[in-house]
Formats: sequence, structure tokens, C-alpha cells
Amino acid sequence: MEILVCAKRVPDTSENEIELNSAGNDIQRDDLVYSINESDNYAVEEALQITGKVGGHVTVVTVGGEDDEEILRREMAMGANHGVLISDDAFNGSDGKGIATILKAFVRKGNYDLILTGVQAEDGAAQVGGMLAAMLDYPFASLVNSIEVVDGGKLTISREIEGGNREMSEIDLPCVLSIQTGINEPRYVGMRGIRQVASVPIPTPSASELEIDPATVGRPAAKVKRVDYFVPALGKGAEMLQGSREENVAKLIELVAAKGGLK
Amino acid sequence: MLEGIYSPAQASYGPIPGRVLFSIIPLLGVACFSYIVGKRIVPLLRGAADSRLDHAAVRLMRVLRFWLGQWKQPRYWVAGVLHIVIFAGFLVLAARSASLVIMGVSEHWVLPGFSGTGGHWYGIAKDYAATLVFLAVVIAAIRRLVFKPARYAVPARYGRSHTAEAILVLALIAILMVSESLFQASQAVFQQELPLLSLVWIFKNALFSAPPRLLVELHAGAYLVHELTFFAFLCFLPLGKHFHVVTSLFNVYFAKLDREALKPVKWGISDAQLEQVKSFGVTAFEDFTWKHMLDFYSCADCGRCTDQCPANSVGRPLSPRFITIKARDYAFQHYPMFGSANNGTPLIGGIYSADEIWSCTTCGACEEECPLLLEYIDKIVDLRRGMVDGGNVPQTLQKPLKALESRGNPYGKMEKKRADWTKAKDFQTSCAVSILDGKNGAETLYFVDSITSYDDRIQGIGRATAKILDHVGENFAILGAAEKDSGHDVRRFGEEMLFIALRDHNVDAIKASGVQRIVTADPHAYHALKHDYRDVPPVEHISQVIAREVKAGKLALNKVEDDSKVYTYHDPCYLGRHNRIYDDPRDVLDAIPGLQRVEMSRCRDRSFCCGGGGLMLFYEPKEDQRMGVVRVRMAAEAGANVIVTACPFCMVNIEDGIKVAGLEGKMTALDLTELVAQQITCDGPKAICGQECVRV
Repeated sequence: MEILVCAKRVPDTSENEIELNSAGNDIQRDDLVYSINESDNYAVEEALQITGKVGGHVTVVTVGGEDDEEILRREMAMGANHGVLISDDAFNGSDGKGIATILKAFVRKGNYDLILTGVQAEDGAAQVGGMLAAMLDYPFASLVNSIEVVDGGKLTISREIEGGNREMSEIDLPCVLSIQTGINEPRYVGMRGIRQVASVPIPTPSASELEIDPATVGRPAAKVKRVDYFVPALGKGAEMLQGSREENVAKLIELVAAKGGLK
Repeated sequence: MLEGIYSPAQASYGPIPGRVLFSIIPLLGVACFSYIVGKRIVPLLRGAADSRLDHAAVRLMRVLRFWLGQWKQPRYWVAGVLHIVIFAGFLVLAARSASLVIMGVSEHWVLPGFSGTGGHWYGIAKDYAATLVFLAVVIAAIRRLVFKPARYAVPARYGRSHTAEAILVLALIAILMVSESLFQASQAVFQQELPLLSLVWIFKNALFSAPPRLLVELHAGAYLVHELTFFAFLCFLPLGKHFHVVTSLFNVYFAKLDREALKPVKWGISDAQLEQVKSFGVTAFEDFTWKHMLDFYSCADCGRCTDQCPANSVGRPLSPRFITIKARDYAFQHYPMFGSANNGTPLIGGIYSADEIWSCTTCGACEEECPLLLEYIDKIVDLRRGMVDGGNVPQTLQKPLKALESRGNPYGKMEKKRADWTKAKDFQTSCAVSILDGKNGAETLYFVDSITSYDDRIQGIGRATAKILDHVGENFAILGAAEKDSGHDVRRFGEEMLFIALRDHNVDAIKASGVQRIVTADPHAYHALKHDYRDVPPVEHISQVIAREVKAGKLALNKVEDDSKVYTYHDPCYLGRHNRIYDDPRDVLDAIPGLQRVEMSRCRDRSFCCGGGGLMLFYEPKEDQRMGVVRVRMAAEAGANVIVTACPFCMVNIEDGIKVAGLEGKMTALDLTELVAQQITCDGPKAICGQECVRV
């Protein structure tokens, strides 16, 4: 099975202290460390597990610049067969639809049975996967937390429904799925693995190579524009229970029950 | 000689002359033994390289101490003494056994030097040796069958009990002793003076009125039984745990000399070449080095390692004993006596589980105990290297490893905040810590390491350390943002490449700083700087500095305020067992006037690990209880209400342990530096410690 995973490089929320910049329209980006978006990493692991079982190849693609190459290398060290960096100045300032347009052009150039995205980028809006599927006229399922390949060009997938229930569906290939974290346990990528793929060439197709009309992507085409970015004021602080251990336990049970946490 | 008593060579066994029979048995026995040993050597030849041929003199001294001297045996008193008796008896009886075998073909042959007076005294020695061995074997059998020490038990998940094998061997040894004595007694009934109360003396007296015919048959029969048992025993040795009788000498000779240093990924491969190495660490049995395989063969199954293992005692799925026994059984099964070897199957998921291998805190208790000097930490680390390289790392460890890669600390905190611990309000005014940033120079580097830099609670240890260094007039500074994690535990968790990156960064920063020596309060950093790093200035642990200053009279310590406190010192594994610093911290405690100190039953080289440092804090083991809780209870049992330690990770685990054990308010934990900073007497112009100065 030929699988394409769309990935994004994002500031690592666990390793950064996210602060606003002085203009108040973005976060302070000096001193940030980046990594692959967490759910995208799960999507790559899932793709590797699928091809491990049924054969095929895994390609990881991202839209961006030179800096974004690091996540492709990491995923290749993990086992992905190919990494592709779609890069063109014309893409700067694309909104979600713009990114989906770029990815659609790339998908059209290839021959993929299955396209995976993370459920949502940590700095994103969970929109590209759905738009990409619509543009390709492929079936789409979001929040997927298990995939099983069944014969005859179909998958059985399960999705987590609010409240912890699971919904099982059958979906035709080719399709686009957005992958939920927790679908698997991604393998570890050590420094050795990354260095071993350090010199593997990564193709960087441009807008013209992918036959993308520059007017449909980038800042000019973006219809969603960020106008502000702020940290919401902190609400009331945590409540400290003050009393004996027994009293605290009783109070805690009461509070949790009042919020519907105990049935 | 009694009429009719023939030497075995002259006797006949039915139609077969003794000389023929006793030529065939040894030939067959030796051939069989050689075949088995040859088969046992096959995997060793396929194992990884391991350079163990250096320092012959040092190795021989160790053979004298640990093999001949049985140095570690008395650590378990009863079993140790029994073993020493049997071992010494075997050594004494070796000459007798050799001459007995030769006697089967040549009746007049005597070992050189064993005729005349020498022979007389040897005769007495070997008679008592046989008697004592017999007694030891009987006692050992009774222990096994009646008293059943817990450490010999085989938990169900590891298969069947090993008692049958043990008893069989004890029985074989007993038969050897009895048949040898009977052989001699049946000949000596009338003429020889025999050593009083020896086995042979007892038999001789019992046979005093036996008919001559019986004596003749007994003499010939005892010899045959001895000969058959001897060679059966010889061939049985390489089939089980008694292989150690043969291999122990070699295992001790080739044992690792520098226990502190971790084994390189592959011997003879430089760090720069590691990227190109095909496989990393141990995934298949043949990835073990030949010496590690010899370890598996040499294990005597005494169970001391597991008995001491803190991970095992809290119910983690790790038993050092079965790390070895399972690998030995793997070798026996995959390199069979007949047919070809079927090797190369993965060990993790096969004989070991991943949890088993991650459960180890590398505390070194097992290695400290092993009478045969088996190595465990290197094997565990090699297995982890294999898992890391294959991507098989628990999710809980992946985040801190990733953060170490991008931020140089496992918490993912910003580099520029690494020195923030020095900026605490009251502290900064009293004790300014300068940063080696190219403008400031210093003689001494205080290497802080990650936990002390970033953990709110542990930062106190950093400030106490700085205060002490300042107080004794040390010209010191820190690296600040230029310092990265020492990588000590990164390496022990198998991520060698990340360790190398961290080490190289720190070595460059240390060299660029121009310092002449390094001090740290973190035993893990101390160990890494001292043994894992190369070409850095000499390093000391703060407890050594304090002890020296106290002895030199440069550091006076106040009397303890509350004399109802009873202190106990917990040896951190990487200060104590791994670096043998046991006395300095105790000397410091004892230099505090009025301080009442008790020892826990497990202290010094038998210290009980707090739960492990570095990445172990992130790992979520499967366990019944926490090691820290067990340790805190040990302190309570010893009658202490203050646990003093000298390691930031011990502090985290012990303070957790106090909470979980429900001893809050009754038990406190204190780092040695915190205690000393608290007791510092300010004298003279350097009264800048920020504390209220009290003169003694």
C-alpha cells in the first residue's frame, strides 16, 4: 500500500515557554525548539505499521522551508521511505485552504492509496485533512484511533466519539484519514537514526513543478487572516482543600460528583 | 598389604582386567568432557569482541583474592563458609584424584613430591579435606531440603525448581568422598595409622572385623564407584550451574577491571565510527561479548544478586539471577550437544521482556555481591542500546530524551533559565554565583547538572553547595546556559549517541572555561565526569571537599540544635558502590557536634537504591511499591528520624518515600550540603553565607 503522511513542524509545547511577541500578533519565536506535530508522528507510525503488515511505502510530505527538513529526516529515521519538502516562496502566508491546494497538487502527481494527517496541528485548525479530501473527492474520516486493512480496497477504522464511545466504520480506498494520538505507540528515533539519513536527498518540488497556479495559494489567496493573538486572562486559581485528609477526600468526592465525574 | 588386596590395576572386574577398564573409563570420560566443552565454546567464538588480555599481574592478584581467596563468599556467612570448605577441599583433593586415576593403570605410580614425608602429611590433609567436604555437603543438602533459603526458590515464571540439580551434585560429591575413603579404609584396616575422626578412620574402625573377602571386594568396588562418579561428575559439570567449577577461574581472571567505566558500544570502534555500525547493542544472543557469555556459564545460581536487587525486592519484573540463567539456558538450547546451532533470534520478547530490562536502576548491588564477579550493568545497558536503536523505548522516556536532545535537559526547560536557581531572592544578595561566560574566569567549576538547575526543590542543594564553596573560599563559577545534562543516565539508558553529543558539548564548554578542577554535588554527574568523560580536569564530589575542609579545620560546624534528632546516612549508589566514597560523608556528619548517627542495616556497599536517578524518574515501572518507601522504612527501623543523603535524585525519591510511607512530620530528608550549610559557623571576614552567624 502506498501511504502519504502530511506532517507539520510546530513549536514543541512541552519544551517551550510560549510567550507573545511585543507586537502581540504572534508568539515569541526566538529560542523556540520545534518538532513534528505530535499527532502527525502517530500517523507516520501507523503508516509504518500498516506497510509492515501488508507491504508498500510510506512518504512523508510537508509544506515549508529549509528548517522543516528536520522533521522529514526524523520520520525517515523512523522508517519512512521518502520525505518530500514542498517549498516555494509563493506558498508563504497560505491559509488552510491554500495548504490543502498545494497538497492536492502533490497527491495528483503521485499514486497514493491512503493519505494520513494528524488530527490537528498544535498551532493549527484541524482543517487541511478535510479540505484535502474534498478537493480530491476522496472519502474522509477524522479522529481515527484504529485502522485495519481489509481485502478489496477497504479499511475498517474506528473513531472516538465524545464520551469515550467508539464508532466502527468501513471506508473505501483511496481516502484521507486524520489520526488521533494514542492510536499506537510511536517508536523512538535516536540520534543515530537521524544521522544515518542525514545525507539522503529530499526532493523539494516547487509550485511550477506541481503545476500550482500561484494565484490560488499564498498570502494573496488566503481568505482567513490572523488579526490578533493573545493569552486569555487567567481564570480563578486552583482551589486548595484545607482540612484533614478524611475531610479533603470527602470534599473532593463531592466536588467531582457535582461536576458529573462520578456516576 | 593384606593378602588379596590388589591395586585396581591388578584387580579384575568379571572378565575385564582393571588395567583395561581403568584405561577406558578415563579416556571416555575425558573425550566426553572435551566434546561438551568444545560445544560450549562455539557461541563464545561467535560472540562480540571483548579485550580482556591486559594487566596480567592485576588479573592474577584478583584470581588470588576472589577465586583462591573466595573473598566475597563470607558475605553470606553460612553458605559462604560451606562453599569455602568444599572449594578448599576440592583443591586439596585434586592431587589425590589425579593419582587415583593414574593408579587405575599403574599401581606403583606416585605423584612427584608425594612420596615420603610429603606424602604422609598430604595424606592427613586430604583425609580431613574429604571428611570436611562430606560434612559440608551433608549440611548443604539439609539447608536445601529442610531450611530452603528463600533466595534459592525459583518463581513460577522462571520455570521449575533447581533443587534437584543441586542435590544431585551434592550427592555426587558425597559419593566421591565416601568411595575415596572406603577405598583407602578397606586397604588400611590393619596397618596404617589414620587421622583421628576422619571419614577414612571411621570406615577403618567400622571394617575392623570385616571378613577379608569383603574388604577385597569393597576395595575394588569403591575404586570403580569413585572412578565412574568422578568422570560422570566431570561430564555433568558443563551441563548446568556447576560449570562454574571449571569456568570460575577463567571468569575471575577475565573479569572487568574498571567496573566504573561503562563498556563501549563495540570494542575497537571509535565514537566517530558508531554511525556506520550495523547494529547497536545486544539484540541477539551473539551480540553479547564472549566474556559475557562466559559469565552466563559461570553463574553458580547462588541467588545473591537477586537477593540484593532493590528492583526485585519491590516487585519489578527483574531478577539479575534469571537475566543470567535465562541466557545460559538460551545458549544450551540454541547450541545443542547434537545437531547444528539455531542462533540469532531476538532476546527481547524472547527470553527477556522490555520492562525487565528497563527496570534496572544500575545501582550495582548485584555486581557488588557476585562471588564470581559477573557483570550485569554492561549487559543491561547493551540490551537497552539494542532496544533504543530499534526504536523500542517506553513512551514515558521518549519525551525526556527528545528534550535532552533539543534543550540539553530532560524537562524541556529553556537553556537560558539554567542558572535561575542562583537568582533566588535572599540567596543572590548573600552569595553571588558567577557564570563562566568568557569574561569571568574561575579556578573551580561547580557542575550543577539538570535536576539541581531546574527542579524547584533540588535547587536548594545547588544553593547550599554554592554557599559551602563560597564559605571555604573556593574561587568557583558555573557554566550556566552553556552546561548541558551530564548524560550519565542517557548513557545508561542506552542512548549512546545522545550521550556523546551531550558529553562533547560539555567537554568543549569545560575546556573553554579554563577551570582547573570540577566539583559537583550530584553523584551521577560526578560519575559521568570522572569515568565517562575524557580530558576534563579532575573532579570531586562536594562531600570530599567538605570532608577535607573539615579535617583541615577550615570549616567549623555548629552543634546540632535539636538533640532529639537521630540521623542516618543513605549511601547514593553512584557515590558509594560505584565510587567507594563511603567515609567522607560520614566523617562530615560525625564532625557536627552532638549529632547522633545510626546505620541502617543496609549501608555502605550494601546500600539499598532509592529508586534510581536521571531518566529513571520518568520511567513508570511495574512494581508493588516504591524503593524509596522501602528505604525510608529501613531508616525508621534503624531508629533514625533524619535521612541524610548526598544525591539530588535520592532526595526526590526519599522525600516521595516519606510521603507515601505516611511518615511526614516524623521523618525528614536532608542533603549533606543542606545540613552543612545549615551548620556552618561564620568566622572572620567571609561571613556572607546569609545565615544568622553563631559562634561556637
